[in-house]
Amino acid sequence: MTERVNDIVDVCLLAGKLMLESGGETYRVEDTMGRIAAAFGVSRSHSYVTPTGIMFSVEGTNVTRFIRISERSTDLSKVALVNHISRRISNGELSLDGARKELERVQQQPLGYPLWQQTAAAAAASACFASLLGGMNHFLPSLLSGGMAFWCFEMMHRLVKIRFFAEFFAAFVAGGIVLLMERAGLAGDVGNMMIGSVMPLVPGLAITNAVRDLMAGHLIAGLSRGAEAFLTAFAIGTGIAFILSIR
Amino acid sequence: MMMVQLLLSFVASSLFGVIFNIPKRLLPHSGFVGMSGWAVYMAAARSGIDGVAATFAAAFFVAFLSNGFARRYRTPATIFIVSGIIPLVPGGTAFEAMRHVVMNDYNAAISLAAKAFMISGAIAMGLIFSEVINQLAKRRP
Repeated sequence: MTERVNDIVDVCLLAGKLMLESGGETYRVEDTMGRIAAAFGVSRSHSYVTPTGIMFSVEGTNVTRFIRISERSTDLSKVALVNHISRRISNGELSLDGARKELERVQQQPLGYPLWQQTAAAAAASACFASLLGGMNHFLPSLLSGGMAFWCFEMMHRLVKIRFFAEFFAAFVAGGIVLLMERAGLAGDVGNMMIGSVMPLVPGLAITNAVRDLMAGHLIAGLSRGAEAFLTAFAIGTGIAFILSIR
Repeated sequence: MMMVQLLLSFVASSLFGVIFNIPKRLLPHSGFVGMSGWAVYMAAARSGIDGVAATFAAAFFVAFLSNGFARRYRTPATIFIVSGIIPLVPGGTAFEAMRHVVMNDYNAAISLAAKAFMISGAIAMGLIFSEVINQLAKRRP
């Protein structure tokens, strides 16, 4: 019996870990793990999830497990996939082994879009955003600065593991390119172009998750996500302020 | 001009979907959510409603639409919400606030920062209200 409970907890934790690492909200992670456990016959389980770790225990046994989450990125398609798998488990369509195999397949799946596609998307999104704010003559210059900012962020993040420094650096680069283009007479309004260029770095997901976690009553998770969002916004703001002050 | 704005917000929102790695088949939907939010914001702002209230209405609509899509496509609502609220984020106001800080004009900076803070609060409140209504509707059999 304990053997089976251990296996169930393994599957629950794997699902939770995948969701949390890919940018799922903590309340969704707790909900999913509880549902999976219940579907396999463990009706009384407790979990405590924060953005940096998961605790899971089964009432009435001494099975308790803890895992640490150190790397977090944004891959919402993985969140959707795990969500789908947990639905299928709840409907009784998947056995314990089947569920584990499905989850392991999701784990090994590469990121949905390669870096060059993401960079291209960030460049085009920046261009659209700057044009939305300022007018179509912002399109081409923002395409360059937005793409460069996103690429610098990814490269810097790989190089040094300090996320906030990478964000600061990317905002700094975006501002620098915009100012250079202004000197060359290519740019429209400097402000709108800078906003457009840093838009792909803005912590939209962290803010939404923080709000939804707080609403669900997960105060610690909500506050720590809020702090993450605030630090990101602060890093971007400092990067921009830095370039403006040496203008 | 209106059409161009709608098109730009559609394209921008669906491209943000690529940055957040949302499933390929749902990219047009996230673009549509972002476009609708921006349309609500613009319609409200043009009829003279205050920016904070307009943002609230737009965020509410974005979350409402996202919850509808989430139920229809059986996927988490966050997928649509994150790219949908992107056009509403008070980037411009925050930038102006930062520019005034750099210019040592703290009075203007604080009032702009407060405005940016109010707008982000309005986004959060819009999401919360929509979620509450969604939960109430779900509870009713």
